[in-house]
Amino acid sequence: MKAILTVIGKDNVGIIAGVSNQLAELKINILDVSQTIMNGYFTMMMVLDLESANCNFGEIKQALNDKGDALHVQIKIQREEIFTSMHSL
Amino acid sequence: METTQIMETIRMIEEEKLDIRTITMGISLLDCIDSDGARARQKIYDKITRLAAHLVETGEAIENEYGIPIIHKRLSVTPMSLIAGASADTNFTAFAKTLDAAAKETGVNFIGGFSALVQKGYTSGDARLIQSIPEALATTELVCSSVNIGSTRTGINMDAVREMGVIVKKTAELTAENQGLGCAKLVIFANAVEDNPFMAGAFHGVGEADSVIHVGVSGPGVVKRALEKVKGQPFDVVADTIKKIAFKITRMGQLVGHEASNRLGVPFGIVDLSLAPTPAVGDSVARILEEMGLEAAGAHGTTAALALLNDAVKKGGVMACSHVGGLSGAFIPVSEDAGMIEAVEKGALNLQKLEAMTAVCSVGLDMIAIPGDTPAETISAIIADEAAIGVINNKTTAVRVIPAPGTKVGDAVEFGGLLGHAPVMAVSQESSAAFIARGGRIPSPIHSFKN
Repeated sequence: MKAILTVIGKDNVGIIAGVSNQLAELKINILDVSQTIMNGYFTMMMVLDLESANCNFGEIKQALNDKGDALHVQIKIQREEIFTSMHSL
Repeated sequence: METTQIMETIRMIEEEKLDIRTITMGISLLDCIDSDGARARQKIYDKITRLAAHLVETGEAIENEYGIPIIHKRLSVTPMSLIAGASADTNFTAFAKTLDAAAKETGVNFIGGFSALVQKGYTSGDARLIQSIPEALATTELVCSSVNIGSTRTGINMDAVREMGVIVKKTAELTAENQGLGCAKLVIFANAVEDNPFMAGAFHGVGEADSVIHVGVSGPGVVKRALEKVKGQPFDVVADTIKKIAFKITRMGQLVGHEASNRLGVPFGIVDLSLAPTPAVGDSVARILEEMGLEAAGAHGTTAALALLNDAVKKGGVMACSHVGGLSGAFIPVSEDAGMIEAVEKGALNLQKLEAMTAVCSVGLDMIAIPGDTPAETISAIIADEAAIGVINNKTTAVRVIPAPGTKVGDAVEFGGLLGHAPVMAVSQESSAAFIARGGRIPSPIHSFKN
């Protein structure tokens, strides 16, 4: 299962490191990354492969939520199909 | 995948309140028919709780994984007059209570199908069901009721129209302590559809499979935001913009519907492409009409604006999913739409204009509070007018009015939640009593010589 992770918040030291470490702990592979600063906000998107993840979607979501709170950013994870189905036939 | 597309989807959900309004599981109760009422009710309870056992948790799992809110999970069943009619029971309230209990057990938000189809005539089951509606709605919480009193093929059953005026009044009186809330769960249709996932008019038609999953989408806020970007441009651009955004909204419905159908092992039915408002700010159909250039909903031009909106939503949505059905269009419930409420309160929108609007949108006079002392005959006449629009124009129309006991024009009725807040609107003071007293049937219209 592929998922899209989005991280939005005030730029700070260690966001990318924090997020990638958390993903590594969850055994989630990062397939693609895009990061930019939009209107002063740190904005990062990642395409993830959850195939070999060591817990279920709900637990992954919770772990990333907690990580987001710790890093003072908003982290969302959604299955990829919601984006592909909306924008392509 | 473009990052701008990802951001667009997230913005539509987070800021513009794009959501899936409902996943509705339709369940046939035809195999629960029994000459013994108690036995029939046991079969009904068992079948619903068995088939819908995982509906709510499946909806929540999809919501969680895809990050799109699914506001309601609902059930619709075979019109109860067909099921309960086989029993010797004279009052069908016990059947409504069974539906209520089954709905509560499964955790859904509403169950529709305490219904009768009497467009041409009554069976004895239809007569008993309709007489039971006021008590059934007053003694249950989640049960919704609908009665189809006309169709393009059969004309309008004016006996049923007359009776429904009385039933609406009685329902309001029995739920007087909640300002006539029972009437918010009762719809009178012409040309009712068999696969509607929206309440209060959902029922599971007899031509449907044993069980099926329908999805109703929403998203007026998304349409409004898209139109903000084309301010002042010609209607060609407006129509195109609505089509494109309706396409995207519908794709969500298709995805969620298929996913729910796969996980539950129940066939996928249809996506209902309706723009369904809620009382929340930014989730209003009236604001879309204003965005097209009208000072308020109800101004001259409103009917044209709504016609364009309704048509463009269908055109955009049809290509986006495999099966479109239900009501599919724009809803204009007054109490559930902040812009409509405001328009009524400032005197821009009245019942006459709303009636005209129903000729070009997907439903009818919906969630409108009227004075508590409105005569039953006047309510019947409102139903007859609305049915005539539907029957002649080959479309679904409906009436869901609340003669809120003890209220007069200028008062407001507070229902709360998705049902919202309804300013009490004026009805004509001229009597329709002799017209309604006639009864009989208005013949079906001719479908040649169209002009």
